[in-house]
Order: sequence, then C-alpha cells, then structure tokens
Amino acid sequence: ARPGSVLHPPGPVLHPPGPVLHPPGQALLCTPPTRPGPALYSTHQARPCSVLHPPGQALLCTPPTRPDLVLHLYSTHQARPCTPPALPSQDIRNTVGNIPMEWYQDYPHIGYNLDGKKIFKPIRNKDELDEFLDKMENPDYWRTVHDKTTASDIRLSDEQVDLVHRLQKGQFGDVNFNEYEPSVDFFTNEVMIHPVTNRPQDKRSFIPSLIEKEKVSKLVHAIKMGWIKPRKPKETTPQYYDLWAKEDPNAILGRHKMHVPAPKMRLPGHEESYNPPPEYLLTEEERMAWEQQDAEDRKLPFLPQKHSCLRAVPAFSRFIHERFERCLDLYLCPRQRKMRVNVNPEDLIPKLPKPKDLQPFPTTMSLVYIGHSSLVRSISASPTGQWLVSGSDDCTVRFWEVNTGRCMKTLEVGGAVKSVAWNPNPAVCLVAVCFESTVLLLNPGLGDRLVVSSTDQLITSYEPPEEDKEQAVTWALSEGPEHDNGHRLTLTHPKAVKQVVWHGKGDYLASVMPDNSSNLQVLIHQVSKRRTQNPFRKNKGLVQCVSFHPLRPYFFVATQRYVRVYNLIKQELTKKLMTNCKWISSMAIHPGGDNLICGSYDCRLAWFDLDLSTKPYKMLRHHKKALRGVAYHKHYPLFASGADDGSVIICHGMVYNDLLQNPLIVPVKVLKGHQITHDLGVLDVTFHPTQPWVFSSGADATIRLFT
Amino acid sequence: MGGLQKKKYERGSATNYITRNKARKKLQLSLADFRRLCILKGIYPHEPKHKKKVNKGSTAPRTFYLFKDIRFLLHEPIVRKFREYKVFVRKLRKAYGKAEWTGVERLRDNKPGYKLDHIIKERYPTFIDALRDIDDALSMCFLFSTFARTGKCHVQTITLCRRLTVEWMNYVVTSRSLRKVFLSIKGIYYQAEVLGQLITWLVPYQFAHDHPTDVDYRVMATFTEMYTTLFGFINFRLYQTLNLVYPPKLDSKAESELKAEHEEDYAMDSESYLEKLSALSASLARVVATAEEEENQLDLFPTEGEDQENMQAREKEQKEQEAQKRLFEGLKFFLNREVPRESLAFILRCFGAEVSWDKSLCIGGTYEVTDETITHQIVDRPDMDKQYINRYYIQPQWVFDSVNAQMRLPVEDYFLGTTLPPHLSPFVEEKDGDYVPPEKLKLMALQRGEKPVQEDDEEEEEEDDEEEEEEDEEEDDVDDEELTEEKNLKKMEGTRAQGKTLAVKVTPGKVKPWETGSVGNKVRLEQEEKAEEKRLAIMMMKKKEKYLYDKIMFGKKRTTREVNKLTAKRKAHEDASKAQKKQKKAKKQ
Repeated sequence: ARPGSVLHPPGPVLHPPGPVLHPPGQALLCTPPTRPGPALYSTHQARPCSVLHPPGQALLCTPPTRPDLVLHLYSTHQARPCTPPALPSQDIRNTVGNIPMEWYQDYPHIGYNLDGKKIFKPIRNKDELDEFLDKMENPDYWRTVHDKTTASDIRLSDEQVDLVHRLQKGQFGDVNFNEYEPSVDFFTNEVMIHPVTNRPQDKRSFIPSLIEKEKVSKLVHAIKMGWIKPRKPKETTPQYYDLWAKEDPNAILGRHKMHVPAPKMRLPGHEESYNPPPEYLLTEEERMAWEQQDAEDRKLPFLPQKHSCLRAVPAFSRFIHERFERCLDLYLCPRQRKMRVNVNPEDLIPKLPKPKDLQPFPTTMSLVYIGHSSLVRSISASPTGQWLVSGSDDCTVRFWEVNTGRCMKTLEVGGAVKSVAWNPNPAVCLVAVCFESTVLLLNPGLGDRLVVSSTDQLITSYEPPEEDKEQAVTWALSEGPEHDNGHRLTLTHPKAVKQVVWHGKGDYLASVMPDNSSNLQVLIHQVSKRRTQNPFRKNKGLVQCVSFHPLRPYFFVATQRYVRVYNLIKQELTKKLMTNCKWISSMAIHPGGDNLICGSYDCRLAWFDLDLSTKPYKMLRHHKKALRGVAYHKHYPLFASGADDGSVIICHGMVYNDLLQNPLIVPVKVLKGHQITHDLGVLDVTFHPTQPWVFSSGADATIRLFT
Repeated sequence: MGGLQKKKYERGSATNYITRNKARKKLQLSLADFRRLCILKGIYPHEPKHKKKVNKGSTAPRTFYLFKDIRFLLHEPIVRKFREYKVFVRKLRKAYGKAEWTGVERLRDNKPGYKLDHIIKERYPTFIDALRDIDDALSMCFLFSTFARTGKCHVQTITLCRRLTVEWMNYVVTSRSLRKVFLSIKGIYYQAEVLGQLITWLVPYQFAHDHPTDVDYRVMATFTEMYTTLFGFINFRLYQTLNLVYPPKLDSKAESELKAEHEEDYAMDSESYLEKLSALSASLARVVATAEEEENQLDLFPTEGEDQENMQAREKEQKEQEAQKRLFEGLKFFLNREVPRESLAFILRCFGAEVSWDKSLCIGGTYEVTDETITHQIVDRPDMDKQYINRYYIQPQWVFDSVNAQMRLPVEDYFLGTTLPPHLSPFVEEKDGDYVPPEKLKLMALQRGEKPVQEDDEEEEEEDDEEEEEEDEEEDDVDDEELTEEKNLKKMEGTRAQGKTLAVKVTPGKVKPWETGSVGNKVRLEQEEKAEEKRLAIMMMKKKEKYLYDKIMFGKKRTTREVNKLTAKRKAHEDASKAQKKQKKAKKQ
C-alpha cells in the first residue's frame, strides 16, 4: 500500500541482495528521478541499510552525478520519514533514463529536463589541455565529478565526500547508525518446565510396536539364514591377473582370419625433429604454399620448426586432435587388404631380340632432298631404285636422283599434288600423278633410253576400239609442249582425286575420289586399253585409301574404320577387317600378301594377319601423334611408319612361312629429323626397292633418306 | 524349364556385408552404444571388393560391416549390460524427479557395471598378439595421464592411466628394453623392444593441454577404457616374466632410503607411493630374490655354412644389444630443474646410469648437486654461475643422440651454451636412393670407428672447404648411382638433338675428341645403344604393364627430385653460413 512497493514492485525482493542490484547503479536510476523520496524511503524501511551497503561499492557505482539522490539516501539513514528536500530552484535533471550517453553524441542537446525541454551541452567541450590546466589550478579538482547526463561538473560537498570516504572504508553511510545494537532473544534456548499443550501422551509412545518386532525378526531370521549379506565394498581399482595363463593357440577364432589389423602409426622422420637439419626447414615460399593448401592436400601435417634448445620447445597444439583422429581411423575407417605390387621395373620390360641382331635397317640420316617450297605430300621410288619422284603442295613434281640428292627434273602441274606413284613394272617408265580431279601419267625420261622409248611406244600403239563405251573418265593424249615435258596421258575425273596406286604388274591403276554420297569413289583404269571401270555399285563409307594385292587378284579398300578385301575375279567381298581405330589414314600390304598394316589418325598402327583373324594381331602405339604413312619393304622384313610427331619408326616385322608361327614384331629404330611445321611432321614414307633404306617426306618441304 | 528363377543379391558378396544402420537395428542399440560396442570389440567396417554389388546396385556411399562380425556381436554379454545401464539411468532419473533420495542412493549402489576381461582375451588370444597392438594404448594412456583432473574425464581414469604408465616405465627400466628415443615437435617418441616386439609410443611434453572443442572425449574415453584394461593385463604378465611383484613395490632397501624425507608432504600414502614409483630412481622388489642380471648366453649349436653365418650375425647383434644396455653404466647424472625430469630419468635409468635431481623438484632424488662423484650434469640454460670442474655440463640432447647412436658421443658439441648439432630421427632407415643428411653420414663414420674430423674454425678453413667439397662429391656419387640412367638418357637425347641440328645444316664436319675411337667413346656408344634398346623395348610393352612401369618410374623420379631438392637446399645453407663466417672474420681483422 506504500507508494514505494508499487513503484519497484516487490521492493524487498528487488533490493535484498544489495550488491547485485547496485553495482550497475541501475536500481537507483531506475526509480524515476521524479519521485526518489518515497521510493527510497520505503525500501529502507523494509530492510535496514546494512544489507544495502555492505560492499561499500554500491554508491560509488551509482553515478555520483546525482548528488540529490545521494543526499537523499543519506537522509534516509536517519531512519525517519523525512520530507523530500527542497529541490534546487532550477532542476536540470535529465529524464532520458539509463541509456548509453553516446546516443546523444551527434546532437546539440543531451536529453530533456522535467519539463520536456532540451538540455543543451555546454558550448565548449573540455579538451585534454583544459583538463590538465583544471587539474593544476583548480583546488577543488579532486572533489569534482563529471555528470555525463547533464554534461556538467559537480563539486561534491564536504558531507558527500565524507560519505564516499566512509563507504570506501566499508562503513555504514549513516554516521549515527549503531551496528552493534543489543539483540532481542525472541525464541529462547532454555527448556521450559511446562509443556506447551496439556494433551496426555499416546499409549503407543511407550509400548513396543508389534509390527516392527515382526519386521525385525524377519530380518534377523534372514541374516541368520544367510539370505541377507552385507554390501560388498565397491572395487574402485580394477583387478588384474594373468589373463593369458592358459594360452591356447587353438582358441583363435575363425573371425581372426578375416581380421585386417590396423596399420601402425607412421614413424617420424627427420623433419619432425625439434632441431632438424637445415634442409628440412621450409623456405618462405614453401611455407606460404603450405599455408594456402587445404589440410588434406598437405604432404606434411605440420610445419617443421627449429628450436635452439629443448627448453624452448612449446606444446604441440594438435596433439589431442591427432590422437582423436587416430581413434576415429581405428573404429570408423573401412579396412581393405591391398596387395602391394612389388616388382622390379626392369622385369616389366619385355625381352626382345637385340636390334643389332636384326640388321640391316636404316639407322642414320644420310641425304636431304631440298627443293620443294611447300609440304611434300607423296613420294615414290622407281623400281630400279635409282630415281625418286615427289609431289608437293607447291604444284610441282620433282624427280630426284637417289644417290646424289640431285633434282633431275621439275614439272609444274596445275594444282597441289596429292599423290604420286611410280609404275612398279621395271620395263615401263611411267609415273602417275594426281592433282585436283586429274590423274596424269608422266614419262620422266629418266634411266634407260630403251625403256623410255618403249614406254612411249606402248602409249602410242593404242588403237581405239570400234564401239566407244561411255566411261566415267576421259582419257586424253598430251601433245605439243606438254608432251615434251613428259606428259603422256591425262585422265580427267569427275571429282577430286586423292590417291593413285598401281597394280604390281603395272598395267592397272586405281584412283580414289573420296566422297561420302556416291558409289563413284574408286576407279580402276587399264592403261594399255585406256579403259576405266567402277568396281563398286554401293557406297560403303568414305574411302581413305586402296591397294592391290601383290600376288593375287584381291583389292583392299580402307574406309574410315574398316578394311574390306574384295576378290576382283569373283567380284565379291572376301573379308572385312576391324581395325579398332577411329580413322584410318594409310595402309600397306606385306609383299607376301598375308599381312597388312594400317596407320590411323589416333596414333595407332594395327598389324593384321589375314590368315589369323579379322581383328588386329597387334596394335602398336609407338607414335605420339597421328600416323600419316606406313610402308613395307619389298625384300627385307621391315616396315616403317611416319607420324605427325616428326619421327619415323622402323620395325622389324618378320613373317614366317610356317603358318603356326606368329609374326615377330620388334621396333628397331626411331628416326628423327623432320621438323614439325603447322603441326605436321612426316607425311609419307617409302622404302627403297632394293636397299634397306627408307625415304620420308615431311611438312618442312624436305625429303630425307635414312640408310 | 525347372527350378526357380535366381534372384539378384540373394547370395554372394551382397549377403556377406551389412550396412551400419541395418546392423544397429539388428542389435537393437542406439548409435552411441553401437559405436561403443564396436570400439570395445574391435569391430570395424570393411571395404568390399565390389561395392556396387554389395550395395545392391546402388552407388550411394555406405559403410559396410561384415555380417559375421555383427552376428558375432549378437551374443556379446555386454550388450545386455548396455541395456541394463539404460534402464538404470531411467530409474535414476525417475527417483530424482520424485526426490526419493534413499532410492537414488540404493540405485547408485547397484549401478550396473561391466568388465572387459573376456573381450580382451577374445580379441587377443595370445599374449604376443596383445603386445603387438599396444602402441596406441600406450600413447593414449600417456596422453590421458597428463590431463588435468578437471572436467574432461573421470579422475579415476586419469589416475589409473598414470599408474599404468608408471608401471610400464618401471618395467622398461628394469628390463632395459628401451632402444630408440626421439625429440620431435609433437612430443617424445620412445621405442622399446619387449619380447621381440618393437613398441613405439609418443609422450607429449609436460604442458597443460588446451582442450579442443571439436574432439569427442566420449570416444576417447571408451578407447581408454579398453586400453587400460588391456594395458593392465599386459603389465601384470610382463612383471611376472621378470619375477617382479605386481602391483610394483619398491625394493625394501630403496624404500627405507626414501622413507625419511618427504612423507609429510602427501595426504595419502598411496599418492606418495605412486610418486616414488614414478620418480624411477629406485629398483623394484622381486618375488624371488635373484641376482640382478642374468646373463642369457646363446647356446652354441654345431652348424654349417649359411647357418653358421646367421648364427654369428645373431651373436654379434646380441653383443651389441648388451653393450647398448650398458651404455651409461657407471655414470652419475644430475638433472637441473629446467630439463624434463621424467623422460630423462627414464632414459638414463634404462641404460644403467644413476640419476638424481634437486630435492625441491621431485621426490626420490638420491644425492645432491654438491656430490663430487657426479660425472655429468644435464643443463638447459645458457650459462651457469657455479660450475664444478670435475663434471661435464651438457645439454639434454646429448642423452638422446647417444642412445640413438648406441655409443657415448663426444660431449664437446653439447656443452653449455653451444649451438647444438641437428637432432636426427632414429626411425629413418635410408634405402639407397634416399637422401642421407651429412650429419648421419658423419655419425655412421663415427660408429664405424673412424676418427671424426675436427673442424677448427679459422686456421683450417681452407681445409674445411676441401673436406666439404669432398663430401659434396661423395654425395654426388651417391646421387650419380641412382641418376646414371636418367642422366645418360638425357645426355644421349642432347647429343641426338645436336646430331639433328647438324644434319639439317650441312657444315664441314669436325672430328670430335670422343669420336676418335678412345675407350670413353666405346663405352659411351655402348651405353647409348643400351639406352635405345631399352626405349624400344618399352615401346613394345603391354598397356597394363606400361601403366605400372610408368607409375613406378614416376615414383622413382619423384624421390630423386626430392633428394636433389634437399641436397641443393643444404648446399645453399652451407654456402650462406660459410659466407657469414668469412664476413665475421673480415670484420674481426
């Protein structure tokens, strides 16, 4: 009913633990400053000050800026309801309450007074210098306190200073308070002679209980019979004994066979030492790299450190972590038995016959034929081995003498030469050259004059048949200056020609016009009769290259992924070889006719044994880049492959007459020499017809002879 | 036709494995209990060979346990104890809620507990099995024994761990089975050979732990529970093998010696006794009083040929070991207060030295600093005021290095205030091709009995240089042997490249000095040929073998690269230090 109890609702509950309420100094501030008198007065009645003050800090924490409050409190200690003191005429108390005063930092005022008017900050703030001067000059500086809420300095009166001193000493605020008043003993400890009530005692209080007797006798009986035993003293320390006293090796359970023991912790290396050799310490860069790596990627889980003495070694901060991780590994990590391969790498290398024993094969580069100005697409050697013809993208065909490297003849043709082929018949001196949609038969006029003239005769002796058949190709005889240059026959094809190839006898000639949409891709020409025929009625895919069987009437057609073998006489497909390549680039037939190699743009070379299977007998991945040309030697057991990586690899490929013995394939030499231009290296390879020499033409506009 | 259609995943590997959740359901345990059971019983997940098959066609990541393992867990008696404990907790909570304090007390008294003895016996059917698996137990117990007795785990566990580790150390001291020690930045590694098993453990440095928040201490506590049981049984058995009393008792003689001084400092007798034991300064009581050391001589059997050699080798090894056991015998050490007392006392006592320390440092010191018979005083401070002339003042690393070198190293490098030589790990066994730090080479020379080359600074600097160069050359030689192939290949490629350029530009040829048919030329040609042959053969390898070969070669290359890097670093460091020395010298002049 007192106003105070309403204001701070359960007044006594709020205050009792004085030190709790007071330290922040809120208790007093929370009471609206408008009515401090009654509130404080009432609380102090409920509980003497001795509870409020004890620690003596309480009042110091309350902002000393409230002199009126303190004064008021002081007056309450007189323990009489005093009238609220007359307030100063101009009451500048701030009404903003207990808020951080920084909130008013940016305003000119600092709060509101009782009338709701702004309280303005003093115009000039004191800076450090002022403060210092004040400290030096003002004799009352020590008793001046700054009131943040009103931003004014207040000088404490003598009484207030006195109060502060007393509180600091832990004394009561009130001077007149007697803390040793005599106590009044309400409940005495002396025993009275008379009972408080006059009720007579119960009978049961002096007669033994039967029920209890029964219970006790039961317990006694149970103890006698040994049913109840005293509690065993608890074992605090575990008891150890010889667990393996009766060790039985047969007791090993079947489970233990499946047991995969956990690997032991790795033993520390030099880098873990507290004082490692200097080379194990990380340099600045390595350290940075280490710090930037993820914890899982790090090679070392810690930074090697060097300490000058044992005394300086600190505790390892991740010690518990590491132990914990080990625990996790032990019970959470799935285990698996892994067989570690322990082989000597030398044993993995296959034992091959020594290349020395497989001689002869080309080993060194001996000649370079220089003359072309653009990449040399195709080369071909004359059957005698004395001459070499080459066709290049600079629209020329050049004839070289093999032994000297001398360019005998240069012929300009009307386009980039795709393919050249020397007639394999030694009695005829003819060269087939293809460019754009034309196949040109040239008589270079090199070598034996008799052969040259007989070749010319052969061409001129042609008599056109009576009934002229419609042909896919027009045959034209060259005359005039062209004839002097060596042109003999011109075959104009309907489409661009990519490859020409002679039959072994030298009368037939096949030309390839790759085209995905028609059946007119391969044509076979007969030179003596100037006849052309299209052997295929159907288009079976883009033809890459074709070849004649050296002995039998077979015809090989390589499309993008397969090689088809046709019987020309029976006019049927005899075999279809799966190359397992993505895109065939070139193909060559063994002079024996039973084996075949295919080069592909996906760096592989497939060797087929036609008698064995339609799948490759061996797949060689020797080159790093796309293969461009492959070739067999006529007599020696050699084959060569040229690729875009600029190398020619010579392999020994021995084919045995015994059908049961598989071909022996041994790489014997890697020949390097061509420079890679426009990502192209070697474009064509061909063997010398008689010697173990190989020619290669490259994108660097040269032809090289390796002997 | 006849027969039921076979269903997928009803036989074979799919039925041999079981996922964790299914296992948990089968055992009717909570995940926490399941984990605890797995830890105690040593059950761990297995990685199936064909995961997809086992996972019934799914590729979801799952952990698999062997089905047999789980079936085996079904009969485990402590699973029942786990359930009882669960019930106990429930009852206790209820009693608390009803404020039935007598009930609480009664429940507490009858708290269900379990023993792990049978599990230990079952996991490790023979003693040697148990001994083999004790590494982790040791490290864990040593870690737990250093914990403060506040909060993180039960105080009983900590005291038990401490007791067991002290027993272990006493055993190692008595049996003199310590072999290697290593001061790492993590802690101190010890390796002992107990009954033929190499046992390695790690002890943290004596500091208060900064307990991490992301570590589950319950898991660690479960492991420790198992480990302490195992460790206790092993200790018992080990003490038995040495005829020692278990739990360990101090020798009556030692006991009477130690009795007088510090008894009143300890509240309980047991505490002071443990402290005395852990001081490691006194020998233990034996069941049957026997002579201190029994010389176990190898019996000689008439043998022939290879066996003979083996025998001799074994004999020699035995002798060496005996010698190592007596490494510090006859020396008297005094530990200053700043050195790690426990580890040093342990090591020194393991090798037969006498150790003492300041009275205020720990109980159990047997003599004072002033004792004139002290031969070595271990000090880890830059300088000392009062020094005795008849003893060496050495830094603690000397002890560790000497133990690892199996010989008393010259003390000069370890004197008070000198810069210590690097401390090398004794656990690294260099195969040929690995990097060997020069200090190790020096040490090996010393072990072989060669005189160490004295490196006196200024006067012999030139000589110094030469020596170092020689060393470098030696190193190079070592490297060379591994690198010959690589280098040769490279050289040959180089020459080939030269040939290539020469071939393109036809210039008048020069007769190179090595082309004149000298011996070197022939050798070179031969090597070149061989290398080429090898390369061609490598081309003909099968894909699978090629892959393996490439992997092996890659690994080899990596190691050589690392070795080269270390060598280069070392060289750079030496150059730098030499330059510094020269500068100093110049300044002096």
